Amino acid sequence: MNLLSRITAGSTDPLRRRMPLWQRIHVDPWLLLLVLLLAVVAGVVLYSASSKDMGMLYRQSAAWAVGLAAMLVIAQIQPRFMQRWTPLAYLGGTLLLLAVLLVGTEAKGAQRWLTIPGVMRFQPSELMKLVMPMAVAWYLGSRSMPPSFKHVCGTLLILALPVLLILKQPDLGTSLLIAASGIFVLLLAGLRWRYILGALVALVPAAVAMWMFVLHGYQKQRVLTFLNPESDPLGAGWNIIQSKAAIGSGGVYGKGWLHGTQSHLDFLPEGHTDFIIAVLAEEFGLIGVALLLMVYVLVIARGLYITLQAQDSFGKLLAGSITLTFFVYVFVNIGMVSGLLPVVGVPLPLISYGGTSLVTLLCGFGILMSVHTHRKWMSPTV
Amino acid sequence: MPAPLHIRDHTNDSRIIQRRLLLAAFCMLMLISGLLARMYFLQVVQHEYHSTLSENNRRHVQPVPPPRGRIHDRNGEVLAENRPSFSLTITRERVPDMQANLQLLRQLLELDDEALERFERRLKQPRRPFEAVPVMAELSEEQIARIAVNQFRLPGVEVQASFVRWYPHAEHFAHAVGYVGRINEQDLRRIDTVAYAGTHYIGKTGVERHYEDWLHGTVGYEEVETNARGRVLRVLKRTDPVAGRDLTLHLDVRLQAAAERALGGRRGAVVAIEPATGGVLAFVSQPGFDPNLFVTGISFADYAELRDSLDQPLFNRVLRGLYPPGSTIKQMVALAGLDSGAVTRSSRVFDPGFYQLPNHSHKYRNWNRTGDGWVDMRLAIVRSNDTYFYDLAHKLGIDRLHDYMTRFGIGTRVSLDMFEESAGLMPSREWKRINRRQPWYPGETLIAGIGQGYMLATPLQLAQSTALIANRGVWKRPRLLKEADGLEPDESGTPENIVLKNPADWEFIIDAMADVMHGERGTARAAAQGAAYRIAGKTGTAQVVGIAQGAKYDSAALQERHRDHALFVGFAPADDPKIAVAVMVENGESGGRVAAPVAREVFDAWLLEPEEDEPELYWEIQP
Repeated sequence: MNLLSRITAGSTDPLRRRMPLWQRIHVDPWLLLLVLLLAVVAGVVLYSASSKDMGMLYRQSAAWAVGLAAMLVIAQIQPRFMQRWTPLAYLGGTLLLLAVLLVGTEAKGAQRWLTIPGVMRFQPSELMKLVMPMAVAWYLGSRSMPPSFKHVCGTLLILALPVLLILKQPDLGTSLLIAASGIFVLLLAGLRWRYILGALVALVPAAVAMWMFVLHGYQKQRVLTFLNPESDPLGAGWNIIQSKAAIGSGGVYGKGWLHGTQSHLDFLPEGHTDFIIAVLAEEFGLIGVALLLMVYVLVIARGLYITLQAQDSFGKLLAGSITLTFFVYVFVNIGMVSGLLPVVGVPLPLISYGGTSLVTLLCGFGILMSVHTHRKWMSPTV
Repeated sequence: MPAPLHIRDHTNDSRIIQRRLLLAAFCMLMLISGLLARMYFLQVVQHEYHSTLSENNRRHVQPVPPPRGRIHDRNGEVLAENRPSFSLTITRERVPDMQANLQLLRQLLELDDEALERFERRLKQPRRPFEAVPVMAELSEEQIARIAVNQFRLPGVEVQASFVRWYPHAEHFAHAVGYVGRINEQDLRRIDTVAYAGTHYIGKTGVERHYEDWLHGTVGYEEVETNARGRVLRVLKRTDPVAGRDLTLHLDVRLQAAAERALGGRRGAVVAIEPATGGVLAFVSQPGFDPNLFVTGISFADYAELRDSLDQPLFNRVLRGLYPPGSTIKQMVALAGLDSGAVTRSSRVFDPGFYQLPNHSHKYRNWNRTGDGWVDMRLAIVRSNDTYFYDLAHKLGIDRLHDYMTRFGIGTRVSLDMFEESAGLMPSREWKRINRRQPWYPGETLIAGIGQGYMLATPLQLAQSTALIANRGVWKRPRLLKEADGLEPDESGTPENIVLKNPADWEFIIDAMADVMHGERGTARAAAQGAAYRIAGKTGTAQVVGIAQGAKYDSAALQERHRDHALFVGFAPADDPKIAVAVMVENGESGGRVAAPVAREVFDAWLLEPEEDEPELYWEIQP
C-alpha cells in the first residue's frame, strides 16, 4: 500500500478532491480522444489493406487493448518515480541489447529479438525507444540550461552505447530514431547554436565514413534505389514505384473503400504494414490523407501543449522528446512511402499493422498523460 | 552534491525550452506542409500518370488462340483434329530458383536431359513477359497428380490444358496431310507474330503447311484483370477468335488403304487422281512415319532413327522422289511424233534387238535382246519397244521432244496446292549447256526417247500426265483440297490445254494403251485379267545404276537396292476415265509384274462395289 501510494499520486493529497475527474484518474481526455480516433481509422484501413482478413483485425485489436491498458497504467506513475528509476532502466535496457547480440534470435538477416522460450519474444530496442529520452532528460534535467560542453559530451556518451548496439543488430532505422529521440532532448535543452552548426558540418564526413565502413550492402542499395527508383523497376525500386502509383492514382477523392486496385491486386508490397498510408491514399484520396495528417497535427499539438505545461525540466524534456519523436515517425513513414525519403523500416504510427510499435507508442502517450496529470499545482485549463 | 552550489534559474530554463518548442513547432508545421504538398503533387499534378500506371498494372491484354481448322477426307473421315492435352509450363518471371525447380521436376516426372535442354533452348527464344514456356507435353494423369501434390514446392510451374493436333491415321497420311510443330525461330521470321500471339503450333509440311493461313484462323483478344503475380482474376472485355477453316480433301481413306495394301509394305509411291477435277484420291509414299511424334517435339533419338533409316521414311516419294520415268513416257513421245508429223501411225521400224545411229557403232539396246522384228506405233507401245522409240526420238529431235514433254508437265511443278514439290527434269540443249557446259549429243536424244538419261520425274508428274491423256489434253492441276467453306485456291498458272492437230490421235494412243492391258502381247496383260472395265496403261522400269556396255543384266548379282524401280501409269475406264494412277515400286524390277497389279487393286477399289467381308481399313484408327 505504501509502495503503491508512492508510485501513484498520493490518495491523501488534500487537493485531490478539488481536481476534475480526468485529473484524478490521470487521463488526458484530448489525447485519449485523438488516439481512439486513430484506432478507428487504423481498423478501417487495415480491413481493406489486409483484404478483409478478420484474423488480422482481431490480432491488431488485441494489441490495441494491451497498448491502451499499458498507456493507462503508465499514466498513473508519477514522473518523479520514473525519474528516480531511469538510471536503472537505462542500465537494464543496455544489458538487454547486449544480450540480443549474444543470444538473440535471428530473423530476416538481423538479430533483433530476445526469446524467453515458451513465454514471449520481444525487441529490447523497442524498450530503448522509451528509455532513451528518459535517460537524456534525467541527465540534462538536473543540470542548468543550456548544457555545457561537458554535459553535451556526457549526453552523447549516454546516446552512443545503445545506438551502436542496435546498429550492430543491424537495425539502421531504429538506431537512428532512438538517437533522434535523445538528440531532441539535447536540442530542447537549448543546445548552443555553435554546437548545432558544428555537428551539421561534421555530418558530411561522418556520412561518407558511414557509407564506406558501417552501412551494409542492402542499406546502400536502399539509398541508391531511393535516389533513382526507375533504375531497378522490378527489383528494389518496385516498392516505391508501386506505392507512388497507388497514392497518385487515388486522386483527390480516392477510389473508394475496398476499391484500391494496387493494394487488392497485391501490386503494393507491405500494404498493411509500412506502406499502409498508400492504401489510405489510394482509397480515400488527398482528402483522406489531409484528414489523417490533421489528426496527427492535433496529436502533436497536444503533445507540445503538455510539454509547455510541464512543471519540471525532466517532464518538459521527456514530453517534448516523445512528441517530436512521434512526429519523426509520421514524417519519415509518409516521406518514405511517397518517395521523398529512402525506404527505411518505419511503420506509420498507430495505423500500420504490428503490435510492438503500437504498444511502445501508446506507452509514450501514457508518459505524456502522466506528466500532464501529476502537476502539483494546476492552471485553470486542463 | 559537491560544494559550489548552482542556483538553478528555473524561469530561464523554462524560457529556453519554450523557445526551442516554438522553433520545433514551426519546423514540424513546415515539414507537414511539405508532406501535404508532396501528396498534392502525386495525387493531383501527377494523377493521370499514376492512374495509367496503376491501370496498366491491372489490365492485361492476352491473346486467345483460334482453334485450328480440322482436315477431313472426301467422306468426312477425320485426318487431322485437335484434342485436349495437358502440358507442363514454367513462367520464368515467377521462379526464384529455376535450377531447384528443374531438379525437382526431373525427379517427379523422370524428365531426361534432352527434354531439359529443349526447354532451356525455348526459354532463350524471345517472348512476352509472363508468357509460360512449355516443358513437357502430354502429361499422364499420374504425372498431373504428382505435380499437384508438389505444387507448393514448384513456384511458376503450371499444368495447362490446351489443344494439340492429332492425326488419328498416324503414318498413313503423314506425307499428304503433313504435320504441325512448335513455332521455331525460322517460323517466327516468316509469320506475323501478332496474328500468332498465343498460338504455339504451325503447319510444317503438307496440307498443314500449304493451307496454314486458312487453317490457323484469326486470333482473339481478352482484356483481363490480373494481380501482381499474374493470376487472372476476371475478364473485362473479350474479342472472340475466329476458328480456322475446316478443310475437306479429295483423298479417300478407303482408297488410300487399298493402295497401301496393294503395295504390301514395299517401298514406293502410289498416286491416284480423278481426271475430271485433278483431285488427288490417294497419296501413298511408303514407308511413312507417325506425324504425331512431331507435333509436340520429337525426341532426338526418335528423329535420328527416322532420319538415318535406309528406307527413308521421312522422304516424300510422291512429291520429291525423282526417278527416270522410263517407258511410262512412251505414249507421250508417240503423241509428239504424230502431232509434229515426224511419223505416222503406220510408219514401221525393223527391230533387230538394238538401234544404231547412222555412222555410229554404238548399239542402243531394246529390252528384248532378240528383237521384235517389224514394229509399228501401236505394237511399239504394246510391247514397249525401245528400238522404235530410239528411232522416233531421233526423228523428233531433242527440241521438239523437250517442247512436247514440257507441255505434259514433265520438268515443271504441276500441283496446285502441295508443299515443296520437285520440278523434276526434262533436259534440253540449253539445260545441258548451262548445267554441264557441254553440247547436246544425238545419242542423248535416243536415251531421252525411252525416258532414261537425264530425265527425272516425280510419281505425281507421272500421274498428272496420265490424267492429262485421260482428259484428252485438258489440264487439271492435281489438288488435295476439295472444299474449304467456299474458299478456292488460286488456279492461275495452269498450263494451256494440249490441242492436237488431229484429236483422233488421243483415241489411237489410248486404244494402244488399252492393248498394253488387254492385248495378247501387252506388257501388263496379266494385271488386267478379269477386269470388269477397260484399262489404259503403260508399264516402265527406271534404271537405278547404269549397266556397262555389253554386260548382261544380272539381277542376282546386284544388291536388292540396286534393282530397277518398277513403274506403271494408267487410267480406267479407258473411254470414260474416273481414275488415273501412277505406281512406283522401289527396286520392284518389273513394271508389268509388280507395279501394274498394284494399280489394278486401286482401280478395283475405286470402280467396283466393295465386297461385303472386306474390311474398310487394314489399320486401326487411333483414338
